Amino acid sequence: MTTPPWTSETLPIAGATLHVTRAGTGTPVLVLHHDIGTPEGLPFYDALARDHTVLLPSHPGYDKSERPAWMRNVRDAAVVYQSLLARIEATRGGDVSVVGLGFGGWIAAEMATMAPRAFRRLVLVGPMGIKPERGDIADQALVSYIDYVRLGFTDQRAFDRIFGAEPATATLEQWDLNREMTFRIAWKPYMYNAALPHLLGGVTTPTLVVWGRDDRIVPLECGERYAKALPQARLAIVEGAGHFLEMEQPDQLARLIGDFLCT
Amino acid sequence: MHLMYFTEQPMSAYPEEEGRTFGATALMFSNKHFDPVAGSRLYNEYLEHYRLAESVGFDGIMLNEHHNAPFCMQAKCNVFASILAATTKRVKIVLLGNPLPLADNPVRLAEELAMIDMVSRGRLVSGFVRGGGQEQLATGVNPAFNRERFEEAHALIVKAWTQVGPFRWEGTHYQHRVVNPWAVPLQKPHPRVWIPGVLSKETIIWAAQQRYPYIALSTEIEATKKIWELYDKVAAENGYAGGPEYRGYLQRCHIAETDEKAMANAKQFMWMQGEFTGLAHPVWSSPSGYFSPSYRTAFVEYAVGRRSNPRGAAFEDQIANQQIVAGTPKTVIPKLRRLLEETRPSIMGFWASDGFVSSADTRTCIRLLGEEVLPALREIGKELGLWSPFEANAPTSRAFPEPARPAGEVA
Repeated sequence: MTTPPWTSETLPIAGATLHVTRAGTGTPVLVLHHDIGTPEGLPFYDALARDHTVLLPSHPGYDKSERPAWMRNVRDAAVVYQSLLARIEATRGGDVSVVGLGFGGWIAAEMATMAPRAFRRLVLVGPMGIKPERGDIADQALVSYIDYVRLGFTDQRAFDRIFGAEPATATLEQWDLNREMTFRIAWKPYMYNAALPHLLGGVTTPTLVVWGRDDRIVPLECGERYAKALPQARLAIVEGAGHFLEMEQPDQLARLIGDFLCT
Repeated sequence: MHLMYFTEQPMSAYPEEEGRTFGATALMFSNKHFDPVAGSRLYNEYLEHYRLAESVGFDGIMLNEHHNAPFCMQAKCNVFASILAATTKRVKIVLLGNPLPLADNPVRLAEELAMIDMVSRGRLVSGFVRGGGQEQLATGVNPAFNRERFEEAHALIVKAWTQVGPFRWEGTHYQHRVVNPWAVPLQKPHPRVWIPGVLSKETIIWAAQQRYPYIALSTEIEATKKIWELYDKVAAENGYAGGPEYRGYLQRCHIAETDEKAMANAKQFMWMQGEFTGLAHPVWSSPSGYFSPSYRTAFVEYAVGRRSNPRGAAFEDQIANQQIVAGTPKTVIPKLRRLLEETRPSIMGFWASDGFVSSADTRTCIRLLGEEVLPALREIGKELGLWSPFEANAPTSRAFPEPARPAGEVA
């Protein structure tokens, strides 16, 4: 299969420059990455871009996007993305789907609560955002960059393939910068919004909640709670994957999402 | 010169092998290993040492605080400052210091410090620190806003000390409807503020901009000289000349009747495996956002074990470069003369013992320091013109440039 070409652009939003890459044609899909940022050129992104216009921004303050010093919580990031969708031509007319990965899933859920009917489809893959009743969301503040990312993989060979068995110092520095931004907007309470479960009940967008069976970062219980709180949601569990399942099981996840977006 | 006694107040009565097995002696090293019976004994021994330090001639007692770690038993330096305010008569009570970012209510700190200043009859020196990396985690305070909180809390405290209330504070990190503490400092315009530090250039620059003395914590002589180069440059940019009255140094210095015994006891300065804050997980001591971006590469590599602790050095090296000094008074005085000649501080703290050094040996150390070392240093200080902020009657700060009223006139 051919790999669609990726282009990038930068847009000033709320006082800081947002970096957005895009590829593909078809109905637009906004893809929101994890708290660790994202490597470029993941097969999962290419697979989505075969049938859709994929917009893949770097979160404000992550990877290639400038840090908005004023930003204080995840809902602020969600509002920035609502502004983005209103700004660019591909999404201005509506009919946008959103795919959120982990921390990006939390941002996507917040966006959905702000505009309950606005999205065509919503896909939340192992999202943070809801406080588990048993246990906690794994706290990256207490572990090293490598240990945290490895925790999100069931198969460590997948980590090695993507980041190398010993990730480069430049990668570690980027993880540190991204971690700092995560602290700036999700430090306390860590990785959830107590109001979110109450607001999800108003979201009418059909939603697919996907969870890696072995997610050691966000407990599967949170997936069950998302599926219950969202009126139009179902939970799909992927075997043999952890938190970063788009990197561990890219084909399976792309197929699941592709089928859901086409329904 | 202003000569101070200091101890980390080590919680030495814990099972050391448990720390080694766990792999860390900070933050998450379980407090099930904290023995309050030993804690009670140690706190009272440390109080006895402070009183002895006053009686043998020290000018000040330096206090600090840390959290979740056996290397320092003081969880709140204002508690010991309060006790000393009432149980000592002459020494300055030098807090180096209160970790401002950890405070959610800086006005409460302003009140506590004002109370200590009044009870001590104007003997408080109120230093401020950012707190260690793991302190942010121990207290749940966001490391990414550490420096912003430090600067804002400082501004609020100085305002609470120096401007009449009530006033309102609408800051970035602190908001207070009514600031109007019914406890204000005895010293005017406010107690002196000294800023200790070890690594961050930003802190040196900030201290110099405020015209606050900077206290270098056990840095190497060459590194210390660089600190003063930077401080003096910023001082000149801000319209005053740096010099001894703005320079402090904390020296690890153990004295005994023989060099051999002193050297054996001095090894206890390494009881926490030589790292400044104990055997810590590197990520805990350098959470993201806490350190200056200029150190990012060093700390991410340290965090994953690719380079050694930027703050660690072997005992022999620290003896060789005088970060640790040990011996009889006769042995150590020439070494301290070298330090004074080369770096010209007027404020000296003596971190006199650590770890498992016995209370009896610590008392001997304090006595020998007071009887033999301090008088010699005072003579050297006069010879070199190392006048302390008190002797020089230096201004409290750049914001209050008139000479401070000597503390003696207050009471």
